[in-house]
Amino acid sequence: MSLLLTSSQTVGPFVAISFDNHTVTDVAPAGVVGERYVIRGRVLDGDGAPVTDAVVETWQANAHGKYAHTEDVQEKPLEEDFKGFGRVLTGTDGAFQITTIKPGPVPGPNGAMQAPHLAVIIFMRGLLKHLATRIYFPDEPANADDPVLALVPSERRATLVAKRASSRPGVLEWNVMLQGKDETVFFDY
Amino acid sequence: MHRIVTYRRPNWDTQPDYLYPLYRSTVKRAPTKPLVLVPQTLTEVTGPLFGRDEVAPGENDLTRQHAGEPIGERMYVSGRVLDENGRPLPDTLIEIWQANAAGRYRHAVDNHDAPLDPNFTGCGRALTNAEGRYQFKTIKPGAYPWRNHYNAWRPAHIHFSVFGTGLPQRLVTQMYFPGDPLLPYDPMLTGIQDEKARARLVADFDWERTVPEHALAYRFDIVLRGRDATPPEK
Repeated sequence: MSLLLTSSQTVGPFVAISFDNHTVTDVAPAGVVGERYVIRGRVLDGDGAPVTDAVVETWQANAHGKYAHTEDVQEKPLEEDFKGFGRVLTGTDGAFQITTIKPGPVPGPNGAMQAPHLAVIIFMRGLLKHLATRIYFPDEPANADDPVLALVPSERRATLVAKRASSRPGVLEWNVMLQGKDETVFFDY
Repeated sequence: MHRIVTYRRPNWDTQPDYLYPLYRSTVKRAPTKPLVLVPQTLTEVTGPLFGRDEVAPGENDLTRQHAGEPIGERMYVSGRVLDENGRPLPDTLIEIWQANAAGRYRHAVDNHDAPLDPNFTGCGRALTNAEGRYQFKTIKPGAYPWRNHYNAWRPAHIHFSVFGTGLPQRLVTQMYFPGDPLLPYDPMLTGIQDEKARARLVADFDWERTVPEHALAYRFDIVLRGRDATPPEK
């Protein structure tokens, strides 16, 4: 039996009336174990103009490298207050910000471990289907051996790695460039 | 080694392209470089799950969020969330949002010259039951102009956001109404190549669920990506 897949459609310009009441910007409430980070950035279109109506959703493992999901059967601890899901809408300057913890390593293909990362899904007016990408952490030796990063042309890998904000410790910057020379790498999976 | 069960590749004819210039906003927002094909790892085959306590009773009734009833044609929208194998997806979060009966959204950037309805916000949420079923009660949204091209009108529609059980199932779509004369002119819909896929976004009138002297009913089933084997669970 095979049913026809439902088509994707854009969230349109008014998604905020629904999602504004259901954002999750503090992904790791107090008490959740892990190294804390603010991850902030902007979403910019092909003219470099801020995208003021985007939705950024994140999905990640806890600091032990365990997903809050029934299909993660690893022998690693769960944390009750950590669901792993973040959702934030961009503001008038195209900016977004979440607070979370650095996830632990999770398994990749063929038993190799993956470098710590967040999966990201982005919606906005003008996107008939959403974009998928990842955020990796700076100064992380495991990035060099990450099996997913290895599939990305080397000159484009930097678009997936957050940068340390020079002024403030614990703050990472990661921008989404929809087009142009530094266009963010988007995935198909 | 950690065993995961991956999702089948999508039938791309059912999905619109990123760049579709007839829908003007795609031009500066569609990626210009090819997507990078990556394997589905544990990260991708999992995704946010929601429990019974996520949705409060009554969140699926958009007609009872204010002191009075909203203006408009009352209706029920119900259906099932299934995967491509026809398996129902229980406990899946559905979020909807829509314009009021006059075609106006309760949003600061909606400047359409049509009245707001003090008794209508236009948002609801539901969790599917064990058989993948959901139901909303609302009013029929109006068509509205959107300046994409000369005399552009969006057909009446309701936005649906669905999570499924893994990231490959995450979907945002729109439900349209049967017989709407605006459908053939809507670039969001014509951006889908497969005619049957376009038809899947148009709800069916549901005579059986229509409530005498009270409300019409429509049926809208949502099909998410499936996989070839059953996943392990813990």
